[in-house]
Amino acid sequence: MNAVEFILAGMLAAATPFLLAALGELVVERAGVLNLGVEGLMAFGAVIAFIIVYHGGGHFIAFIAAGVCGALLSLVFALIALGFRANQVATGLAIGILGQGLSALFGKSYESLTVKGLPKIGIPGLSDLPVIGGLFTQDIVVWLSLLATLAIWATFAFTKTGLIIRAVGENPKAANAIGYPVIAVRVAAVAFGGMMAGLAGAYASVVYTPLWADGMIAGRGWIAIALVVFGTWLTGRVFLGACLFGAVSLMSLAAQTTGLDVPSQLLSSLPYIVTIIVLGIISADRRLLKLNGVASLGEPFER
Amino acid sequence: MSMTHFLPNLVRRERASRKAMLLAPPLALAAAILLNLALYVLMGRDPAAVVHAMLLEPFLSWSSFSEVLLKTGPLLLIAQGLAIGFRAKVFNIGAEGQFILGAIFASAIPIWFPQATGGWIWPSMLLLGAIGGALWAGITAFWRVRLNANEILVSLMLSLVAAQLLYYLLLGPWKDPNGFNFPQSVMFQYDAMVPTLFAGTRVNVSLLIAIVLSLAAWVFMQKSFMGYKLQVGGLAPRAAGYAGFSEGRAIWLSLLIGGFAAGLAGAAEVAGPLGQLQRSISTGYGYSAIIVAYLGGLHPIGIVVSALVMAAISIGGDNAMVSANLPIAAVRVFQGSLLLAYLVAVAFVRYRLEWPHTTARSQS
Repeated sequence: MNAVEFILAGMLAAATPFLLAALGELVVERAGVLNLGVEGLMAFGAVIAFIIVYHGGGHFIAFIAAGVCGALLSLVFALIALGFRANQVATGLAIGILGQGLSALFGKSYESLTVKGLPKIGIPGLSDLPVIGGLFTQDIVVWLSLLATLAIWATFAFTKTGLIIRAVGENPKAANAIGYPVIAVRVAAVAFGGMMAGLAGAYASVVYTPLWADGMIAGRGWIAIALVVFGTWLTGRVFLGACLFGAVSLMSLAAQTTGLDVPSQLLSSLPYIVTIIVLGIISADRRLLKLNGVASLGEPFER
Repeated sequence: MSMTHFLPNLVRRERASRKAMLLAPPLALAAAILLNLALYVLMGRDPAAVVHAMLLEPFLSWSSFSEVLLKTGPLLLIAQGLAIGFRAKVFNIGAEGQFILGAIFASAIPIWFPQATGGWIWPSMLLLGAIGGALWAGITAFWRVRLNANEILVSLMLSLVAAQLLYYLLLGPWKDPNGFNFPQSVMFQYDAMVPTLFAGTRVNVSLLIAIVLSLAAWVFMQKSFMGYKLQVGGLAPRAAGYAGFSEGRAIWLSLLIGGFAAGLAGAAEVAGPLGQLQRSISTGYGYSAIIVAYLGGLHPIGIVVSALVMAAISIGGDNAMVSANLPIAAVRVFQGSLLLAYLVAVAFVRYRLEWPHTTARSQS
């Protein structure tokens, strides 16, 4: 398998933790809320899923539990940031620290243990193609994540629900005036984001790299938040961004195995450096950010 | 809408409640302690043993209290720097990376000149470390001011890069050749060490520096025009703009001050208790300091108290790890819940609860 085939085959799986978490954060931010706790929510979901799979609960239950736990922890964020109108940046950071702490606490006796991942499912015909065949051989979660991407895109593009979420994020006062429950919509969006972050963490710990190590999320939650900016709050672009980061993290892996004469620490920090550079390039276009940005992002709503 | 009839409403107070402001930190601390004790009971630990190890032991002997003071230094330094930025609404959350760069820059002197002697060495290390931290934060400032990039994300990503840079140095060019392949540098010479304050303890001059800089922060934020401009920029950016206060300058200043202080703390750590550059130079000081800054109400005097409290909890957590068999991650859980409790408590500075249909029961 050459490098191109390797990256094509693994890109979607590597992208999935980024994608799921970023899709969740996209919905949260579209509703006007900035939840910076994604890293901790992912870590929490990851440890819950790992413990369940390790004790024989199976992947299905593990994903459900991770999603529920992510949503519950993000509801703590909602209570404090939306209920008590606390500073969203500080609340998000606190949830992040709490989630990472809880994951380390729960995962302590599972350190370095491994579980079995999920089998890959190929699309008949397409998966036998040369070079790009690997792209069509993925586990079930990857296929479902692609469906989720489509569903979220369609929700924002065609449905009233999508319209209400956007109205609440763009102009909460006006949305409230025409009778939409701003806080309830935001709480629901935050819970959805927490669930997606929990699922993203579960994918990381029981499918993509099925092992537990403290700190294994390794900044992917933060990159997911950055992806929402890269994607200028548009579902399709967030998806492309997640694929880019899947490819980048695979490239650093591929380069390490081929024994390229580059310090491995430089390769490990490649995703972070790419994030910084892309963030600079995208943000420099102030018009683009203003056009697609969410007007009330991070501001508490008061009637 | 009918659902909300059962919930109390947050009603904005006519003026901020001073009482709530002073009560918020101790109440939050009490709530966090109770919540976490409940968690330890669920985990099957003896709560009395945890309370003793975590909350009392740090104060019971001079030697353990001196360790609290030792830990207070870096937290105090970093939090003072961060708070200035937070007040200006510049969210530098990358102090961890700025701390690491400070430690790296400071270590360059004893690693490159291991034979050098003289009283100039440790002060130069502190200064170089502070410059290193400021330079690292400067990248974030440039990205924010020139490229309009979000400083939260950039500063955090730079912390992750800084950790990798540290590992690279310790596994490569700066590894101690006689260190049995451990990721650490050589031990520094005597003159590269910050003098201690009290015989028999590890508390050193950097604590004095932190206290002096806290006073400087107080003067800067409460008395100087520059500090006033920064705060106006944070509270009312549009008004600040009309008054001709430049947003870009406020961002540069906030980040450079934050990076300088965190870099200084990193330098003092390698030139103080550690005496060498190692992989675990920071036990999350940069993140803990964010909590210290908020818990101190972003006020220079409040931060002195909150830094001492957080340092005590951290030393207490180390104690509890040994005597009550509590994992060290419990400290992180405690810190996270403490900040959450504080954010709830501080809501009552500006709001009061009003229960539906019962005006008599409205409480503050």
